[in-house]
Amino acid sequence: MTKLLSKDKKYKRVAYYPGCALEGTGKAYDTSTRAVGKQLGLKLDEVKNWNCCGAMEVKNIDPKIQTYLSSRVLSNAVNKNKHDVVMAPCNGCYHNLKKAEYDLENDPATKEVVDRLSTKAGHKTYEAGQAETIHALDWIKDAIGEEELSRRVKHSLKGLKVANYYGCMYTRPRHIFPEKDQGPGSESTSEPHFMDDLLATAGAVNVDFPLKTACCGGAHTLSDSDTSTKLVLNIIEAAEAAGAEVIATECPTCHSGLEMHQIRAEKVLGRKTNVVIMYFTQLLGLALGVAPRKLGIHENVSDATDLMIDKRLLWAT
Amino acid sequence: MPIHEKSLIREENIRTRDDLVIDGVDVSGHWSTFIESRVVTDYNEDLEDQIAGLPGGENIHRCWQCGSCTNSCTVNALNADFNPRYWIYLIRTGMESELLRDKDIIWQCVSCNKCTYVCPREVAPEGVMKATAHWLELMGHTPKSPSTLFDEVFSEQVIKRGKIEESGIIRGFFKKTGQPLMQNWLTTMAFRLFKKLPFGMMFHMAKSTIFRPKTKGWRKSQLAIEDYIIEQDTKHRKLLGLDKPTSPTPQASNDNATSTLVEAAE
Repeated sequence: MTKLLSKDKKYKRVAYYPGCALEGTGKAYDTSTRAVGKQLGLKLDEVKNWNCCGAMEVKNIDPKIQTYLSSRVLSNAVNKNKHDVVMAPCNGCYHNLKKAEYDLENDPATKEVVDRLSTKAGHKTYEAGQAETIHALDWIKDAIGEEELSRRVKHSLKGLKVANYYGCMYTRPRHIFPEKDQGPGSESTSEPHFMDDLLATAGAVNVDFPLKTACCGGAHTLSDSDTSTKLVLNIIEAAEAAGAEVIATECPTCHSGLEMHQIRAEKVLGRKTNVVIMYFTQLLGLALGVAPRKLGIHENVSDATDLMIDKRLLWAT
Repeated sequence: MPIHEKSLIREENIRTRDDLVIDGVDVSGHWSTFIESRVVTDYNEDLEDQIAGLPGGENIHRCWQCGSCTNSCTVNALNADFNPRYWIYLIRTGMESELLRDKDIIWQCVSCNKCTYVCPREVAPEGVMKATAHWLELMGHTPKSPSTLFDEVFSEQVIKRGKIEESGIIRGFFKKTGQPLMQNWLTTMAFRLFKKLPFGMMFHMAKSTIFRPKTKGWRKSQLAIEDYIIEQDTKHRKLLGLDKPTSPTPQASNDNATSTLVEAAE
């Protein structure tokens, strides 16, 4: 299926699954993703009447319900939007759709339950292979590519020092991402680099950051806050030690977790850190010449204004 | 990174003698080698099957005890007592009372999937941790953990409406766990955000609090999921021998045994 049409053409028009977080605390990620897509001439067609993918919570009630929830989203994208590519910028949604794809193909027991629930709920079942799920990183990387992107950059990020933070759900566990670890050009699950590639093209300097895929404790951000605060503090301090001015994120849960526990670490543990947290789409948008307000930079809790003024990046309007 | 393993010599097993003289030599003090001998008679032969019958625990029988899970574990790096390999060993050998010593921390798995990523035997230790935490709660060994309460508040909204509204979940969770809504870090967060006057966002948040998001035509999905949950719950209770509601006695005595163990440990 993927072989027939080259990826750059196939990804120019995709079904877009924002998910609940991008309609709530991660609104700025949604705004900036749409703005970047518009600036690059990529068409996003929101999945019709979508539902929550189950995030990190529903699987603990029962993983098969989570697979059902994700399969309904895929089914709508295929049957209602008539798309065969679904783009999910949220790591949690992306992970769950990928996992649903894997389980529906490989686990007959899951397939049976999901088909039964779909029939009862009165919508078409989703069959493995009908759609391909991609992340916002794959989307820009494959639909535009670095060469084209470098031609579109209007205001270079001028050596802004960035730590790229990918989190857990983008690469783990390996088996649900069969397209990764396929040699040159593909994403790596142990040392992911797509965000590094894109931001370097936009003029940023990627610092040597060892905790790219460390866990921020997002699943227990409220239910076990002290653990999450320790994990986030580790990540932020490692980024600072590596010389980063900004931590670039690609997941609303990681992003709000980093913001929340940065403040919590200050209040509870008395450890103040200065690194700024931004979505990678916000940085990319600035480089492409999108107005800061259209990227929701003022909607981040972590205040990037001073740094952006220092770096003369807010003039990019 | 080294493999952190808990010491097999436990404090409560160390013998202390204040006036021990052997052959004229004073050897008083703590002696970790004088461990009381122990005969295990309380194996739970069904333990592995019980965990394997709960969602996530299906592949526990594949474990080879290589320890890769514990070595890669995010929570283990913060607390050396958090030891997935050891718990899998205890479950597979039926050492229930040993497992119960750690009953209050098993729920703390953050689902980062590092263990599942490195496991050479496809055990999915992350799933086993969830199944074990679930088992502890079903058997009445632990109250519902904060994580379970959060999952329940969250899932309830998803199942009812198809979508979630985050502020509702946060409020629901704080209420369920008896925490105040005005925590100092939360007010600081709100203050830092709102001083930048993100009008669009404020409008959007107010809108979704009043008109809570909902998936159209969700009712039939809701009923299908609810039926499935009841079906699974019945299956799990049967597996654990909990389908007779009038059996508090063996459970209670089990609880007592546990609390004595915990007291001894303290």
